[in-house]
Amino acid sequence: MTMATLDKRMTADEIIGQLSDGMTIGIGGWATRRKPMALVRAILRSKLKDLTVVAYGGPDVGMLAAAGKIRKLVFAFVTLDHYPLEPHFRAGRQAGAFEVMELDEGMFHWGLRAAAMKLPFLPTRVGIGTDIINQPGFKFVKSPYEDGETLVAMPALKLDVALIHAHRSDERGNILTLSADPFFDELMVRAADKAFVSVEKIVTTAELDMAVNGRFNLVERSQITGVSEIPFGAHPTSASPDYHLDLKHIKTYVDSAASPEAWSDYRGRFIDIGQDDYAAAVGGAEAIMALPKAIY
Amino acid sequence: MAEHNYSLAELLITASAEAWRGDGEIMATGIGPLPRIGASLAKASFSPLIQTTDSETWYTSEPVPPGKRLAEPELEGMANYDRVFSTLWSGKRHAMVGPVQIDRYGQANISVIGDHKKPKSAMLGARGFPGNSISHPNSFFFPSHNKRAFVAGEVDFVCMAGYNPARYMDGKPPAGLDLRIIVTNLCVMDFGGPDHAIRIKSLHPGVTFEEVQENTDFPIARPEGEIPVTPAPTAEQLALLAELDPNGVRHTVLKDNPPGDRSAAA
Repeated sequence: MTMATLDKRMTADEIIGQLSDGMTIGIGGWATRRKPMALVRAILRSKLKDLTVVAYGGPDVGMLAAAGKIRKLVFAFVTLDHYPLEPHFRAGRQAGAFEVMELDEGMFHWGLRAAAMKLPFLPTRVGIGTDIINQPGFKFVKSPYEDGETLVAMPALKLDVALIHAHRSDERGNILTLSADPFFDELMVRAADKAFVSVEKIVTTAELDMAVNGRFNLVERSQITGVSEIPFGAHPTSASPDYHLDLKHIKTYVDSAASPEAWSDYRGRFIDIGQDDYAAAVGGAEAIMALPKAIY
Repeated sequence: MAEHNYSLAELLITASAEAWRGDGEIMATGIGPLPRIGASLAKASFSPLIQTTDSETWYTSEPVPPGKRLAEPELEGMANYDRVFSTLWSGKRHAMVGPVQIDRYGQANISVIGDHKKPKSAMLGARGFPGNSISHPNSFFFPSHNKRAFVAGEVDFVCMAGYNPARYMDGKPPAGLDLRIIVTNLCVMDFGGPDHAIRIKSLHPGVTFEEVQENTDFPIARPEGEIPVTPAPTAEQLALLAELDPNGVRHTVLKDNPPGDRSAAA
């Protein structure tokens, strides 16, 4: 096979078609930043159910909770940053709608790293002295060296699928994540059997300009199963430098938790319409491009 | 008695800033506007070596004001999350955080009120609290000192480890556990009582020990002798605060922006 025939382009629906009920799905990004929201919305439009969701959570987790897609959530937080409490996540938690495994942010990364390294666990002190390690599923390990310290054995967070959002890709799945903070998307991909990436733009390999942009290439293409060009695929979260957080839309989303009718209205206007009409529904491409940089 | 007027928020900022006094080249994180301005004040005056961030991704040469930025800050280094974890695990960080609950051991909670499986109130989740608590110095900020925050027994879900021997296999916390001060709207406390019990360090002007105890659901240790009064912000500090917080965010955090000295207000 020549390089020219290695074509990993897929539609969002083709990606979602690769998922099945009961899967463990890691979602990249962090709270209100670089979430693969178009793919999340596609999950909401699908019949998928009973998912175990692993995420540094933002509106991705909130929407999946609101739609009843989550059987178990592995998380360290779910927040909308400027609106600290995620209303749909809260409602789901308070109704006992899904199981949880609550972690420290760094432990979470450690569990992904263990899975990425194909290890059963990685040792850490994090969690000691807290209720985190009193949840089911935690075991301990004693250092075999002179210190003899007892440490938490953070279990590998093995994923069936990782969904992340990046800025550029070629057809082969060579991706560029251009934002200053890559978060833990690389580990998400490496912890997963399959990884799918929504990107703002698919370009030629030459246009990736790897000699200059190599540091933004988080992971090699052999780890990437499929790429989908979805402009504004992270909206309403940010994909800076391409575009910034849409705080007004986040407010609209927060208000959608006020009642079942409000949520149904939000779904109708922004989710059920499909991605092709999404940009127009949230104010148009120009308005998204003109969003001011959010202040944290 | 100071001859100038100052608000309670300004008093809490200068009291918070004291958390970082003596700190060298470490990452200083103040969560919430007042602790954040406190870190800015420490950096701009007595602890110039500490590093503060834009609250997103970068260390900046000068403290970044909360709210609208008058100019783009000069960036001096990366503070992406991977780097923040490396830094905090190294111990080179001192955070001041604002939990929802704290108990007599300094154990703190931002996760849930009630049962963890089906909470009465679900909040953020543990965030980085567990790792922070056993890795580097931590201080606390509570804008409302009451029994809902300062709880009897233990907090509903221990996110931050504290000085509770029952929680450790050998009865001792990891070496990195180092709880420093607690700043509230009534007083400043530390962990200098017997067995790291929470102890009054200073009372804000016009506040009594009894009032603090009445609003705390566990016994507070009392220092020997007369309890000091929290020092009022100096004129120099107030001038600095106007520069560090040009948007006046500090005036909007506490309801009705009360004065710092109750007796002066009466």
